[in-house]
Amino acid sequence: MMKPFAYLKAKTPAEALAALNSKGARIHAGGTDLLGCLHDHLFTVDKVVSISGIKEWSGMTGRPDGGLKIGCLTTIASIAASAVLKEKYAVLAQAASEVASPQLREQGTIGGNLCQRPRCWYYRGDFPCARKGGETCFAVEGENQNHAIFSNGPCFFVHPSDTAVALSALQARLTVAGPAGTRTVPIESFFLAPEKAIDRENVLEPAEILTEIHLPAPAAGARSSYRKIRSRQSWDFALTSVALWLQVDKGMVSQARCWLGGVAPAPWRAAAAEKLLAGKKLNAALAASAGQAAAEGAVPMRDNAYKVEMVKGAVEESLLRLLA
Amino acid sequence: MSKEPENNCAGGPHGLSRRGFISSVSAGAAASTALREANAASFQVIEAVGTVLPIQLKINGITRKIQVEPRWSLLFVIREVLGLTGTKIGCERGECGACTVLIDGKPRYACMTLAVEAQGQEITTLEGLMDGENLGPVQQAFVEEDAFQCGFCTPGQIMAVEGLLRRNASPTMEEVRVGLSGNLCRCAAYQHIFSAATRAAERKKKGGMA
Ligand SMILES: Cc1cc2nc3c(=O)[nH]c(=O)nc-3n(C[C@H](O)[C@H](O)[C@H](O)COP(=O)(O)OP(=O)(O)OC[C@H]3O[C@@H](n4cnc5c(N)ncnc54)[C@H](O)[C@@H]3O)c2cc1C
Ligand code: FES
Ligand code: FES
Repeated sequence: MMKPFAYLKAKTPAEALAALNSKGARIHAGGTDLLGCLHDHLFTVDKVVSISGIKEWSGMTGRPDGGLKIGCLTTIASIAASAVLKEKYAVLAQAASEVASPQLREQGTIGGNLCQRPRCWYYRGDFPCARKGGETCFAVEGENQNHAIFSNGPCFFVHPSDTAVALSALQARLTVAGPAGTRTVPIESFFLAPEKAIDRENVLEPAEILTEIHLPAPAAGARSSYRKIRSRQSWDFALTSVALWLQVDKGMVSQARCWLGGVAPAPWRAAAAEKLLAGKKLNAALAASAGQAAAEGAVPMRDNAYKVEMVKGAVEESLLRLLA
Repeated sequence: MSKEPENNCAGGPHGLSRRGFISSVSAGAAASTALREANAASFQVIEAVGTVLPIQLKINGITRKIQVEPRWSLLFVIREVLGLTGTKIGCERGECGACTVLIDGKPRYACMTLAVEAQGQEITTLEGLMDGENLGPVQQAFVEEDAFQCGFCTPGQIMAVEGLLRRNASPTMEEVRVGLSGNLCRCAAYQHIFSAATRAAERKKKGGMA
């Protein structure tokens, strides 16, 4: 049983912001991550502020510049099913379709997906780990087959969100509302590496809400894809995933974006692979070298060296499939 | 159907527990209730800690007025307060699917839903799929295909199939697999469960219960 808490269902954005601006208050969107955390006593809340009824924050609308605005409460299921996304932002629709299970996709929201807490088994388990205020990251000496191959420490969890990786490849911009007003954060600077903050995974202050996600207008000749490798077919978090976005002009890659999931505490930009691809004609040899480049800088732990090979193969395969 | 039984105690309706783990009997109990669903005899009396909120839940077409703690999951309320034990408790972490119910026709985990959040929505549990005293088409298909071993996951599997078929009346085998991917079966009766889903689709098309 969870510890008792007070509950408030906000009817308007203003009400939500006001209610959240008190110590110990926390947002409830779909609740699928929050309730798991509270059930396992990972942290406590005094007041749960439900935003699930705020209409303004649900659904997708076109932007005047041809881009798309996605409200934070849009469900993962509706993102996966969206014809517009499938056609113009395939990487996001594909990533959403691979999130969790059908039940969780119906309930979970995109905002909650980006703000979910780590899934490291030490963090979720009964261990006083660094992220819970302790001294140690138990993954360093312990069971680390699912952990990061790109992290400067002191914590080695991998960010669990699939949509975060896809939105990084799309260069999404996030609207954040708080007591002091509204600010825009490019997704690239939304997530925080453990060396910057050990007790949270993103730049949100406790009284702030991620309200909207903005996608730029689709570029001419752009195509994108999401490839997720997991150990179980039913549902599972990514061992490794690749979000690719390529702009192709007469067979030449004019611009490439390659982001990895399941390998770092935030979506990981494979910058060396992007650089290698830009301005070249894609063929099997180039795809293979881009795969090699994507793994550059990886420092595997005792049990996760397989992820280095997985990254190489997944990037190579995704490139070949995208241009097939 | 719109019967409106009212349960005026902190924890819900009163009566004896079939499984005998009554946590406490609250004082001033407003005696009997008029709940008329399957397990109406198995009410729990639950002591609330801290604040309780009066809420209304519409379950299987009946509106229930109850009082809940904000932290109570829909699963807890369905089983322990309302005594509808067709919905099973498995992991309570959104991992197994045993607690699957339909909310506004869509399959959801009752363990990952606060009861207070389910107000104003149509909740359907396993009991709600009955066709009077007879099994509904999906339930009947599970029996005919022998789609269980220990049977613990079965209510959740049935609800997931019901949810899938409401969205897609003729799913392909791949769509069945994806549709049921949030329901684990420890006994690995998957082949039979998938066959039951296909049979259920046929039964429904032939005009089983809605
Ligand atoms: C069994 C299981 C398997 C899963 N598998 C996957 C997977 O494969 N891939 C994947 O990506 N995810 C996976 N998830 C995570 C799941 O997708 C998330 O739980 C879900 O997307 C969270 O959305 P929610 O609306 O339910 O968030 P909530 O639970 O309501 O919120 C999650 C957290 O974010 C905060 N929050 C929510 N909305 C906002 C907002 N707008 N602004 C600021 N803070 C906010 C909350 O306070 C809370 O701390 C899995 C979860 C489970 C339980
Ligand atoms: S009990 Fe709800 S998913 Fe396992
Ligand atoms: S029949 Fe035993 S768990 Fe599925």
